[in-house]
Amino acid sequence: MTAVAVHAGAHARGGSLTGTGALVRFALRRDRVRIPVWIAALTFSTVGSVSTFPTNYPTVGDRQTRAELMTSPTGAALSGPGHGLDDYTFGAMMGNEILGFLAIFVALMSVLLFVRHTRTEEESGRAELVRAAVVGRHAVTTAALIVVGGTNLVLGALIVLGLGTSGVESITWAGSLAFGAGLTAVGLLFTAITAVTAQLVEYARGAAGLAGALIGLAYALRAAGDMGDGALSWLSPIGWAQAMRPYVDERWWPLVPAPVLAVALVAVAFALTSRRDVGAGLVRPRPGPRTGSGFLGTPFGLALRLHRAALLWWGTAMFLFGLMYGSLIQDVESAIEGNRALREWVAQSPGTSFTDAFLALILSMLATISAIYAILAAQRLRGEETAGRAEPVLATATSRARWMSGQLAVALFGGAAVILLSALGLGLGAAATAGDAGQLFRILGAGLCYVPALWVTVGVAVALFGLAPRAIALSWVLLVYALTVGIFSGLLKLPSWTMNLSPFGHVPQLPGAEFDLLPLVALTALAAALVAAGLAGFRRRDLHSN
Amino acid sequence: MTTAIDVSGLVKTFGRTRALDGLDLQVTTGEVHGFLGPNGAGKSTTIRVLLGLLRADSGRAVLLGGDPWRNAVQLHRRLAYVPGDVDLWPALTGGQAIDLLGRLRGGLDRARRNELCERFDLDPSKKGRTYSKGNRQKVALVSALASDAELLVLDEPTAGLDPLMEAVFQECILEAREAGRTVLLSSHILAQVEKLCDRVSIIRQGKVVQSGALSEMRHLTRTTIEAETAHPVTGLAELPGVHNVQAEAARVRFDVDGEHLTTAVRALGEAGLRSLVSHPPTLEELFLRHYGDELAANGVRAEAAS
Repeated sequence: MTAVAVHAGAHARGGSLTGTGALVRFALRRDRVRIPVWIAALTFSTVGSVSTFPTNYPTVGDRQTRAELMTSPTGAALSGPGHGLDDYTFGAMMGNEILGFLAIFVALMSVLLFVRHTRTEEESGRAELVRAAVVGRHAVTTAALIVVGGTNLVLGALIVLGLGTSGVESITWAGSLAFGAGLTAVGLLFTAITAVTAQLVEYARGAAGLAGALIGLAYALRAAGDMGDGALSWLSPIGWAQAMRPYVDERWWPLVPAPVLAVALVAVAFALTSRRDVGAGLVRPRPGPRTGSGFLGTPFGLALRLHRAALLWWGTAMFLFGLMYGSLIQDVESAIEGNRALREWVAQSPGTSFTDAFLALILSMLATISAIYAILAAQRLRGEETAGRAEPVLATATSRARWMSGQLAVALFGGAAVILLSALGLGLGAAATAGDAGQLFRILGAGLCYVPALWVTVGVAVALFGLAPRAIALSWVLLVYALTVGIFSGLLKLPSWTMNLSPFGHVPQLPGAEFDLLPLVALTALAAALVAAGLAGFRRRDLHSN
Repeated sequence: MTTAIDVSGLVKTFGRTRALDGLDLQVTTGEVHGFLGPNGAGKSTTIRVLLGLLRADSGRAVLLGGDPWRNAVQLHRRLAYVPGDVDLWPALTGGQAIDLLGRLRGGLDRARRNELCERFDLDPSKKGRTYSKGNRQKVALVSALASDAELLVLDEPTAGLDPLMEAVFQECILEAREAGRTVLLSSHILAQVEKLCDRVSIIRQGKVVQSGALSEMRHLTRTTIEAETAHPVTGLAELPGVHNVQAEAARVRFDVDGEHLTTAVRALGEAGLRSLVSHPPTLEELFLRHYGDELAANGVRAEAAS
């Protein structure tokens, strides 16, 4: 009797992880291209950045000029806490200006990969097949943790190796180890965070969105903390990585909290898995209206209803993001007082106040981030098509052009609304802090100028949808390019043509710079041409459904 | 007598696959037309071409007197479609989806909509994500049947329904026929087609291999009988309308034409019937039996083609 009971107990314990090995191999087989591409892209861009420094900043003077820019609140907001600014070596530049952004991408990689192997599978019903096989309750989560965690470890190791062997002055092995370890810690923590959000929310997009919002929060807390006294930065995992001070005077204890928190979150995720059904979230769906309203029965009404939640979340988040930056305007004013390099930098463009330059920079960043929403919304066209939900609609008396226009209107005007909300936040913050209501209207006007550039990014997605629907993911290329060029053109001293390839590079840098209507008209015309090409392509091609 | 659907020589290829290979299909106005064929035969592709969702490579298709690709919107006001695999918007309720599709089509009969929800036992207040496959199909069915469309295009509409709901569906289709509507019903269930359809077209590998009234296709209405008797049955093979007799001690298996069923069963009764199973021939059996020769002539072995 006892033997049997013991045996059964042992079986039950081993049972919850049964099949993990097979699932890990399966995941690696599925992602045999995706994971190496992520690792290679992040490793090469890291090592690539550091190797441009010696050419761009040949003298100590060049580096110290850069360092003085980084002492400003704008610099701090966009880079890091500014360790090692007194002796701004190439290593200190990496730690201060590159590490934070790289951490965002590593976190993003972890979130997307983890959701792909857990919630996406469950949503599609494929997980049901897997779970019905000899696979334990925790096997799917464990396998995803091993795969994504392993990816982070390999990435960290390669970055340490790549930096360590780069041979660039001041890039020490100890510093590289701190740099790579800090990044991996951020990646592991966001892997664990996603393990929890994937249990809470029923839908892959929701799980990734929730984790993505936390990445945004981590970045915002760090930015606000580094502009102020630094206290808020300690609430951010990205801040912990930067607090390791790679290449300055490495400290190892800030490495501790991320893995500890990750282990705790994984325990929470396991506990939640035991509590819910396959396919369900912890939040139970409620019954809704038995009939549909008249407005819902139009293509635009349907599109608006489908995009409503995302639009509200993005609008709110971007408004708060803008408000946070706007309220820091006073610090910017005071920072300029005792900073020679900043005064000289501002003097380069006469008639521009430093505040205006700060506002223009922040605004262009907010606008580029808003374009992420617009592209997501435009890609919904393809999502509806492949899910088979476009088919019944197009089988009614709804033309393809009308169906597409409904979705497009939300992407174009919803995207514009997100930009304007972020400008409203920035304007309100700035007007309140400076006690000058005029700021609000100047900033709103400046925000409006970015709308045509955002429309171009939507246009690219729409043209791809109509002409090459299977390649619609390429619509991210332009945005990633615009973000990278927008953020790093200064640090990496990129030639001016690189900025001209980005739609956001043509927008007049208001407030402060001179208003120029021509580029805005040209961008709008380009966007219209792209949208027209997409519409024409979609009206000619077969509808794809699975 | 007018033609609701008139298709000839339709060809549609996807890369190297030839999904439709010179398909002909005629559906007369006011009839319930069965569109029968195994999975992958090209039923859904034909329907998607008829709805203007896919563009044919060559051939002619006329739907309600118009070109399904160019006049899609005008034609869609006059038809209602139920896809085989219904995917609903996760955040919208079933009721919202019914009304949405109805409005986009040009309006639906509210009283009939509510009545249909009740008959199909559908709770319209649940969110799309919580519905089972059968319930998602009910949503599409209610929306289509509540419309005033003169043509119903149904692509395997009952694949997820239980037998009770299948019966409700059959009632609804018979009512639609009474009301003078035309129905194109794609299916791989022979029994369903037998009950509802005036005429059928059988499709295989992108071609219609046979078309006509079911009564003309007597071989399709054959029943397969498996029985166990007290004594061996004698002289069964000589009875009219009995085919393919396989006897093995007290067990016997054969096919019999519908009109000769009584005689055959009486013969079984006389031998002391212990158990009796009867079922209509499956489509696969039919295809192998009736189109196997043709395939063999083309150098394809019947087993390989099933």
